[in-house]
Amino acid sequence: MDKQAYWKANIRLMLVLLAIWFTVSFGFGILLVEQLNEIAFFGFKFGFWWAQQGSIYVFIGLIFFYTYKMKKIDRQFGVSDDDEDDA
Amino acid sequence: MDAQQLTYLFVFLSFSLYIGIAIWSRAGSTKEFYVAGGGVHPIANGMATAADWMSAASFISMAGIIAFMGYDGAVYLMGWTGGYVILALLLAPYLRKFGEFTVPDFIGSRYYSTAARVVAVICLILISFTYVAGQMRGVGIVFSQFLNIPIFWGVIVGMAVVFMYAVLGGMKGITYTQVAQYCVLIFAYLVPAIFISMLITGIPIPQIGLGAEVADGSGLSVLQKLDNTLVELGFAPYTEGMKSKVDVFAITMALMIGTAGLPHVIVRFFTVPKVSDARKSAGYALLFIALLYTTAPAVGAFARLNFVDTVHNTQYTEVAGWFKSWEDIGLIGWQDKNNDGRIQYHPGAAFDGKPSFDDTRRIDGSRTVINSPTASSNEVYVDRDIMVLANPEIARLPAWVIALVAAGSLAAALSTAAGLLLVISTSISHDLLKQTMAKGLSDRQELFYARVAAVTAILIAGYLGIDPPGFVAQVVAFAFGLAAASLFPAILLGIFDRRMNKEGAISGMLVGLIFCFSYIVFFKFVAPDLNSADHWWFGISPEGIGSLGALLNFSVAFTVSRLTPDVPEDVLRLVDNIRIPKGVSDPKSH
Repeated sequence: MDKQAYWKANIRLMLVLLAIWFTVSFGFGILLVEQLNEIAFFGFKFGFWWAQQGSIYVFIGLIFFYTYKMKKIDRQFGVSDDDEDDA
Repeated sequence: MDAQQLTYLFVFLSFSLYIGIAIWSRAGSTKEFYVAGGGVHPIANGMATAADWMSAASFISMAGIIAFMGYDGAVYLMGWTGGYVILALLLAPYLRKFGEFTVPDFIGSRYYSTAARVVAVICLILISFTYVAGQMRGVGIVFSQFLNIPIFWGVIVGMAVVFMYAVLGGMKGITYTQVAQYCVLIFAYLVPAIFISMLITGIPIPQIGLGAEVADGSGLSVLQKLDNTLVELGFAPYTEGMKSKVDVFAITMALMIGTAGLPHVIVRFFTVPKVSDARKSAGYALLFIALLYTTAPAVGAFARLNFVDTVHNTQYTEVAGWFKSWEDIGLIGWQDKNNDGRIQYHPGAAFDGKPSFDDTRRIDGSRTVINSPTASSNEVYVDRDIMVLANPEIARLPAWVIALVAAGSLAAALSTAAGLLLVISTSISHDLLKQTMAKGLSDRQELFYARVAAVTAILIAGYLGIDPPGFVAQVVAFAFGLAAASLFPAILLGIFDRRMNKEGAISGMLVGLIFCFSYIVFFKFVAPDLNSADHWWFGISPEGIGSLGALLNFSVAFTVSRLTPDVPEDVLRLVDNIRIPKGVSDPKSH
């Protein structure tokens, strides 16, 4: 088991997900809100939607994706904490 | 049955449920008392975390705040949910692997220092007491408005119920009551929201209703109509903010990392069996939280629309009953400045400060406000906290919905109060006594002291709820700012920076803590008249200063750690160990 490679894979995944986390909330919801508000989205101004709805949905997706992906990485490097099913 | 009898019934039934669960899940060891034995299913833990997290502020105040802040309300929506991403990716799995009982446990062991542990305990107690006082106050308000019980007795009843399950059941009792409380509170939040969304847009899903057309034939969407109506009355458009971009950014960041650093939230992840469960559990927690948090902006927008519709330019004698009943307890005040007998609603404060009344009534039955009026043409004062509570009445929903909302707000306040009281008592019995001052304590003795500490904490919290010092509402910023600037960086560096030593961590925590504390105290208490964007550093308000504090903490910790002795070998092994999920142990029994 290569602990350093495992840690690198973990950090890489984490940074990608945090970049998305930052983009949808601070990017779409705050920094770019005026520009996005020019776009209509199901009755919402798009920037407003990201700030009050969209970012939250993405957050949930990010955590479940992380959970799923980490489980795979854990197994791949033989450091998983489970021996039986429970997926 | 009328609304009040129904409320009594609902509150009685829900309280019986909580107490029943408390008796069933009584804790027998410190391990059960502190971390529920470490065997909670991730979905159950997700629900418990959601109830733990969603306080009286989330349930009662948030939609009202959004209703009046419009776009700017997003700082709370994103701030209080985005923190869970950080928690799941950066903290929860590693803290679970570490496998002890408390946040100061982690800081004390990782930084091989009793001083670090004590600093963490001080942060934790400051954060948690600030927070808990607000919960008890929420309990008091609900009792007084819905059940006509004085706030004093309302708080006493609340304390008694929390006593039952927090003191007897510890974390085990709290966990399973919180699961029940989550179900009560989310049901109570969604039912009126769905009703109101149906009434206004004909669409039963509030998240979609918020973007839908208003069912009044105007062809405008809810948000367009709200923008138009508010602009007509002289307000800024609902979908555009008033705060500066830098401040919105800083507040959102401070709330996110503050959330991730709140001890009563973190400790919930010590209760699941495995590292992978901690990740999964954070996902479920956010899912359950998001049910309420994505509904809240819809509730806020609908409430503002309804409020303007029913109140503006309405003759006082014609105005709906809820307006008068909230006026009776002083959360609404009306001053008929132009003497036309109609209520005018415009931007700006109607008069200086919160309304004070004399005992007289005017001819139309309204109460006489004695505050000095302002130059603004606005005539109404409305407390933001009433929007969620009054919403069912504003929308003329059936009495049982009103009763449900009362039971739901109590569930929200009590679940959070219990979680906070538990981390306070744990930090005293475990971190201060067992680990620092009286190392020879047996498990039984420690459990006894944990209960004594819980009782004391409940009494103090109750006192703060009955007789809140004037500053309680002002210092909510403290809890998040302090957590963001002190605990969060110390925990994060402890996991991700192998070379972070005790000198670095302690100096970082102290600098972050003292910086935020001084900044908030200066602008809130010492010089409140300077509390405006012109005087803030970099345009960051006291609410957002936690993000700057965290940055300071990180830089100081990093610099100091590189100039002081290296981390001992056994601590390096500890860091390497928590980075790997395999070999997770039960929380240790001491």
